[in-house]
Amino acid sequence: MLRLEALHKRYRTGDQALKGVSLEIPDGQVLALIGPSGAGKSTLIRCINRLVEPTSGSATLGDTNLTSLSQGALRAARRRMGMIFQEYALVERLTVMENVLSGRLGYVGFWQSWFRRFPADDVQEAFRLLDRVGLMPMADKRADELSGGQRQRVGIARALIQHPELLLVDEPTASLDPKTSRQIMRLICELCSERGLAAIINIHDVLLAQMFAERIVGLRLGEVVYDGPPDGLTPEVLTDIYGEEDWEATIEAVEEDEDGDAVESAVVEKTGAA
Amino acid sequence: MPVLSANQGQIWRRRTSRTQWAIWASWLVGIAIVGYCWKLVSDRTVWFFVTDAGTQAADLASRMVPPKWSYMDVLWRPVWDTINIATLGTVLALAMAFPIAFLAARNTTPNSAVRAFALFVIVSSRSINSLIWALMLVAIIGPGIFAGVLAIGLRSIGFCAKLLYEAIEEIDAKQVEAIEATGASGGQKLIFGVIPQILPTFAGISVFRWDINIRESTVLGLVGAGGIGIQLDASISTLAWTQVSLILLVILATVVVSEWVSAKVRHAII
Repeated sequence: MLRLEALHKRYRTGDQALKGVSLEIPDGQVLALIGPSGAGKSTLIRCINRLVEPTSGSATLGDTNLTSLSQGALRAARRRMGMIFQEYALVERLTVMENVLSGRLGYVGFWQSWFRRFPADDVQEAFRLLDRVGLMPMADKRADELSGGQRQRVGIARALIQHPELLLVDEPTASLDPKTSRQIMRLICELCSERGLAAIINIHDVLLAQMFAERIVGLRLGEVVYDGPPDGLTPEVLTDIYGEEDWEATIEAVEEDEDGDAVESAVVEKTGAA
Repeated sequence: MPVLSANQGQIWRRRTSRTQWAIWASWLVGIAIVGYCWKLVSDRTVWFFVTDAGTQAADLASRMVPPKWSYMDVLWRPVWDTINIATLGTVLALAMAFPIAFLAARNTTPNSAVRAFALFVIVSSRSINSLIWALMLVAIIGPGIFAGVLAIGLRSIGFCAKLLYEAIEEIDAKQVEAIEATGASGGQKLIFGVIPQILPTFAGISVFRWDINIRESTVLGLVGAGGIGIQLDASISTLAWTQVSLILLVILATVVVSEWVSAKVRHAII
């Protein structure tokens, strides 16, 4: 269970990115965080693992108050939170295997990481995960040789090898084509349910959020303006989150998806319109 | 980029007329300065020596040919020394430049005081020519190859550390952030996040500086710091011009070979 209480973040430039966000995410829940650019989505998930220090408020994972941890304890707590990034953020010049194993860095010492002497169990687990995400033959390739979808799969494996309780996912599909986006979202959601993982997924694409998440949180200017099920996203709600726009097409597409199987065309339609 | 309003609508010009006049004026001042300096230099030149230069050069050239090929037997050893000075000096410089670069880079330095110290080391190393380093070191530790190696090393620290810390500042921060998010320690962030990104640059800097050092170490002998410069100095002092021409040819060949090697290595890395 992750609990955020009155999380505030003011950047040194004076921008108020978060204005008191409170959320509770039970174990195993996949939550999609939507909102316009600059709404504070990235800041919010970075305040949880403190890649960005929150100005005030608290984030609690299980019994651990993340916001009050010392540097050493914070590193131990970060091992419990896997993170997946927008542009994959793989170390480009390392191999796929090294990238996956980097998820275990919190568990090994300095010289072990220097000589890449990871415990045999970790290596076995890395092979299992690469197999699970369908990249077994790529293990020895360098990360910059892979396609976008493949890189994001490596990113997912890197997050999962931490054996996290929570996944923080920052725009996983922003640099991917519509089909790969859906495959990646499906993979993340499958893995979450296999392992009973909670996840916070920042996502621009309302359609994808509605298709894959069980709960949607809408963020506008650092405040939660919607928190509810995917089918509660009416044109009024979307207008409230994003501002005035014709939302009928977006919502229609989701309804079609639920009725029949017109999704592929809807996705294409939406991308065309964007 | 001014847009003027006229009867026919809007007119666009690259510059305002004020800017244009200012540019003309600065050209005029610039040319006047060049002309004045030319006159100063010309007044202080003994033109007889200049007009005589062609004859003198031809005379020297005639005394230089043919190179005294048999002198090569004496030169093998100093050539080997020269290459060793350059190589060991470069290794020494890289060993010291690597940590200094991390202390000097804004994104990896522990604090601003350490950064200022590292930048001071870089600047002082760069501001002194290797020949001057060699002069001082010969005075301190005596003439010989060791002084040469130290001179090359001290001179190269700044160069290597500067290029390296600029590379460190330009890395992709997202890759480091991703490593940090796994719970990695500071040292592990360097190993997994930073070093892989700068390794190609590091290799490139190494061969580039080695290539420069080959050239620099050929003159160190002039002040007694070992290498082929000692023979060059001796040959010039005794007016043995056929030996001088051979030495110049050998230096040329060494530099060409080092250029070729470093080009090959750089090509292989990048």
